[in-house]
Amino acid sequence: MLLSVEDLKIGFGLLEPLVGVDLGVDAGEILGLVGESGSGKSMTAMSIMGMLPLMGGRIKQGRIVFDGLDLTTINEGSYRKLRGGRIALITQNPMTSLDPVVRVGRQIDQASQLHLGLDRKEAKSRTIDLMDRMRIPSPQHAYDLFPHQLSGGLRQRIVIAMALAGDPDLLIADEPTTALDVTVQAQIIQLLVELVRDRGLGLILITHDMGVIAQTCDRVAVMYCGRVVEYGPVARLFDDPRHPYTRALISCIPQLGMAPGTLTGIPGMVPSSQNLPKGCRFHPRCDSVLDNCRLREPPMKTEDGRSVACFLHEGGQR
Amino acid sequence: MKGPNPRKFLLVLTPTPLSALSGIALLVLILLAVFAPWVSPYPYDVQNLSIANQAPSALHWFGTDDFGRDVLSRVIFGARTSLSVSLISISLSLFGGVIIGAFCGYLGGWVDRLGMSIVDLTWFFPEILLALLIVAILGPGSESTIIAIAIAYLAQFTRLTRTQIITLKRQTFVEASLSMGAGPLHIMMRRLLPNAIAPVIVVAMLSTGNAILLEATLGFFGMGAQPPIPSWGGMMSTGSSQLFNAPWVIVWPGIFVALSVIFINLFGDGILRALDVKARMRTQ
Repeated sequence: MLLSVEDLKIGFGLLEPLVGVDLGVDAGEILGLVGESGSGKSMTAMSIMGMLPLMGGRIKQGRIVFDGLDLTTINEGSYRKLRGGRIALITQNPMTSLDPVVRVGRQIDQASQLHLGLDRKEAKSRTIDLMDRMRIPSPQHAYDLFPHQLSGGLRQRIVIAMALAGDPDLLIADEPTTALDVTVQAQIIQLLVELVRDRGLGLILITHDMGVIAQTCDRVAVMYCGRVVEYGPVARLFDDPRHPYTRALISCIPQLGMAPGTLTGIPGMVPSSQNLPKGCRFHPRCDSVLDNCRLREPPMKTEDGRSVACFLHEGGQR
Repeated sequence: MKGPNPRKFLLVLTPTPLSALSGIALLVLILLAVFAPWVSPYPYDVQNLSIANQAPSALHWFGTDDFGRDVLSRVIFGARTSLSVSLISISLSLFGGVIIGAFCGYLGGWVDRLGMSIVDLTWFFPEILLALLIVAILGPGSESTIIAIAIAYLAQFTRLTRTQIITLKRQTFVEASLSMGAGPLHIMMRRLLPNAIAPVIVVAMLSTGNAILLEATLGFFGMGAQPPIPSWGGMMSTGSSQLFNAPWVIVWPGIFVALSVIFINLFGDGILRALDVKARMRTQ
């Protein structure tokens, strides 16, 4: 495993936005992280990036092992070398994640200068090369532009080029397409998939779009309220979703030819982490609640390569 | 701040004819001050009591003062004192304010509270009172005027920079930069300050006008540059005693104070529009 997160629990003061998160991603593999807003997907990304202390949180329990190194034990200085170097983050909104007063080319330069120790000339040629690989038209010209002169799709390509500038082994893409047009979304996702397949990167793709997950990922972790509720290979998870929440998410994918008005949502809202329900965190919204669900939290059960945290599957039966 | 095309930048810098004209007028004033020994018709300190208090004439365009010195030459040399004192003091103030403000805003916590309470002490007093107080402690002269004006304007630059930094440090691109492995120094120098500096520069520009006024006021009270070195405030002070028999002695330096403040303000307005990166982004 390139990266494995084991039984991760984080705390912000008394709040615990993540509890018992287990994940893993290998080189050349895409792990999808899916769930509604507030389910802890971005928190997981921040934990892996080691940005929790900068935001006022901390890791309470568990390990994050990257290439044999436990990241929970290293100091901020060593983390800074990893960040943007071997582990890179593609941030959520390309509209706001570029510095408005610095030419986009220079912003990519700075990332490679920081991590690869290149001088300005080398960094510039590397940047042009990266921009070309991101299929940014006429990179020589685009190098000197400011973010506001570029479209959303191009800006996201710049952000991805920035993430690649430090030559990472692991890429975390936090909803890379949420702010973009549908047509551009497909291009960006395709670009990311090619990167993984060609260069053997590990990619954690965070999204709330089950369609994107089904198209691209090798494995999926479904998150709800700071917990991973189901985890397994993508084909099996879609063919035979075990957790009611996974089933509900899949039924929310709109399809062509659906009769009008038949698209379902999941009733209720994600509870806030100050006010979690007792027992299973999903039970107030679940369509197949057992008595046990209201009393205890279901433990994660693993069985031939896939795991689920639900009492419906305690004994392995359906 | 930097446009891809320098010609376009010059156009942006002078969005209205008025601010362009003010810019040119300021430039002329600065050139006059710099080349004062060459452009002024007479030395500023040569006395000739036989021609004291003469009205403006072809020989002495602005007239002569009570020592028979040429008022035009003294106004030109006075521009040197006024402009250099106000520019140096505002630069000092800007420099100090940006550093303190950036530190307080970035670090927050007790550093912020301590730094800001000290700086805020200077906000209790009107600028003129504070400046007079400081000059009274340091003794009159150009250097103490510079220090006094610098301290009088320190708080506004500190406050402004601090607010800018506090808003900016929560922006996504700063977080993105952190996630690229940038350290605090990189964040401060490459991300925060370049984004924070535009409004600070505009305020500095506009404050320079006020600093000229303040310098003239201190000079008028006899606290500024000491005779025989001319300053506009000092000249007005001597002229005030003969307001009725030789009004030109007080009027000319007064006109120059007013004009330079007006030009700086108009030009500052132009800069304000030119440097407002966010406004330009909205319009595109």
